[in-house]
Amino acid sequence: MTESKSGASRAAGVAAAGPTAGIAGNPLFEYLCRLGDDRLVLGHRLSQWAGHAPILEEDIALSNFALDFVGQAAALLKLAGEVEGQGRDEDALAYHRDENEFRNVQLVELPRGDFGFTIVRQYLFDAFDVLFLDRLVKSRHEVLAGIAAKALKEARYHVRHSGEWVVRLGDGTEESHRRMQGALDELWSYTTELFVADAVDATMMEQGIGVDLASLKAPWEITVRETLARATLAVPNDQRVVRGGRLGRHSEHLGHMLAEMQILPRSHPGAQW
Amino acid sequence: MTVSTADDPIKLAEFEARLERGETIEPKDWMPEKYRKQLIRMMSQHAHSEIVGMLPEGNWITRAPSLRRKMVLLAKVQDEGGHGLYIYCGTETLGIDREELVEQLLTGKAKYSSIFNYPTLTWADIGVIGWLVDGAAIVNQTMLAKTSYGPYARAMIRICKEENFHKRQGYEICTVMAKGTPAQRAMVQDAVNRWWWPSLMMFGPSDGTSPNSAELLRWRVKRETNDALRQRFVNLTIPQAQAIGLTVPDPDLRYNAETENWEFGAIDWAEFQAVISGNGPCNRERMAARRKAHDDGAWVREAAEAHAAKQAARSREHAA
Amino acid sequence: MSSETQWPLWEVFTQEGDAAPHEHAGSVHAVDAEHAMQNARDVYARRGKVVSLWVVPTASITASSPGDAGPLFDPGSDKAYRHPQFYKSPRGVKIF
Repeated sequence: MTESKSGASRAAGVAAAGPTAGIAGNPLFEYLCRLGDDRLVLGHRLSQWAGHAPILEEDIALSNFALDFVGQAAALLKLAGEVEGQGRDEDALAYHRDENEFRNVQLVELPRGDFGFTIVRQYLFDAFDVLFLDRLVKSRHEVLAGIAAKALKEARYHVRHSGEWVVRLGDGTEESHRRMQGALDELWSYTTELFVADAVDATMMEQGIGVDLASLKAPWEITVRETLARATLAVPNDQRVVRGGRLGRHSEHLGHMLAEMQILPRSHPGAQW
Repeated sequence: MTVSTADDPIKLAEFEARLERGETIEPKDWMPEKYRKQLIRMMSQHAHSEIVGMLPEGNWITRAPSLRRKMVLLAKVQDEGGHGLYIYCGTETLGIDREELVEQLLTGKAKYSSIFNYPTLTWADIGVIGWLVDGAAIVNQTMLAKTSYGPYARAMIRICKEENFHKRQGYEICTVMAKGTPAQRAMVQDAVNRWWWPSLMMFGPSDGTSPNSAELLRWRVKRETNDALRQRFVNLTIPQAQAIGLTVPDPDLRYNAETENWEFGAIDWAEFQAVISGNGPCNRERMAARRKAHDDGAWVREAAEAHAAKQAARSREHAA
Repeated sequence: MSSETQWPLWEVFTQEGDAAPHEHAGSVHAVDAEHAMQNARDVYARRGKVVSLWVVPTASITASSPGDAGPLFDPGSDKAYRHPQFYKSPRGVKIF
């Protein structure tokens, strides 16, 4: 997908200041925050389904997903804190950073929407995640490779579950098809950000720690297109490119989410829970 | 499944003799209609309580104060969904579908535990619910693990195993907060003050006034009286409160060295009746949330079934 | 098709550990076998331990009825010769 200028400026948080803006002197710390924040924010969005899902079995399934992602986030942010070496642990990073210090892609921060929206977002991310983690397990950073190996097993199940739901609802009733196509159209441009590599990614690749994001795009498209075909859903022709999340420029939604998530530690500084 | 309106006296005598010998009743066994009805009522109330019970605690998942607490709470709320599911499935063995059970909840025909109609106002409520509400539930469920109906007993055994951590995590939250800042201490004491009496009410009316108790005991659905279970809970809980410096809001509470019981004051049964009959602080919100989840999910349930039907038709075509 | 559907019922059997038998764990609602497998995994295997799952449509299970218990099972209870304790061997001889 080529970047269209007008499209890019419509999307929130265009990286106007160049690819290295906002990057601190520690690319590994940045990298780990990106990975951790994606999972924390997505896990948080998924957790909002507990008690509100379409059927009991799915309350339980989505909670499992949420638990997997928050667990991965905790491990990654813990490691980020250690790498940074300034005494911040995973909770300090999760609860005491502001919106513009979060490094997640915007795809994961959008409100949960209806079940169809949640499932489409989940599948688009999961299909990426399996490919990404499958490379990350070969990272030269042993701890990171270990976290990736555990996460990869979880991700393989995630994509199976969300993929089946995409097919089921895409090729279900007229209403379910309409809702799924709507969600897909809305979400499609947000997936571009998953594959945008910048100086941090380049450094991590050079050091044998990180993953070549650009190389994931083609296999991701093949998998996703195959699933969407089974689901009788049309691949959107949306040329917009969303970016900015990796540099702390987000949609309006993340601030509200964090205000809620961080309320207790922020209003009781120093308290233990 | 045997269904009879007027129970055969010989079969009834055999049935009661089986219970007398401590045997377990299984789905295909003959059972009196009243036994079946009582079980459906009791088990579905129990399942509904688990499901509605996801809501007050779910209210704090997005605000849990650490990643660890967030995961623990989410896992606990998830367990409650699982436990509701186990008990619904157990109830289905009595010849009633989950569709109908859910319908009974959503139309207000079926009841659920009054405790879940109270609001969770601070994070301390999450601790106190785990400690007191799950503590009370465990006392009750440990008794039910020996109930005479096999599927119910088996669901309870699984639930008791899984629920072990629920109370512990709650008491841990209370312990940490009781040792915390003055604001945290005030928060946790306030939560105990609000949840104490509703927790005692969870065991149901006093035995003299409980409409179903005698029959449920005779048929070994329940193995102990509401009052006996309530007393056991109080005896367990008071030393736990003392150990972390919290008090319960009962001026009449005193230890009786002779009976070794913590004797407690009179329970406000008028409040219990009001909450049970729909006038608690959160009855409307809880039901509205359940109905919304059900209605919003209707297209998903329908589409999944439609897709499966299409697939089945395709594979039939393929085979033909 | 009614929007009130909770989907068909499936029975779930879990194997908890290598070489253990599959045992009935409970049930789930699901629209097809793959879906039942996933729901069984999420509901009954969320605490580790499980190494294998079976799911079976509840409607496909044929269960014996309590009335048949006598003819079906009692004849098995008086065949003492099926048990090793029925046989005598000379003192001190190792049979296995």
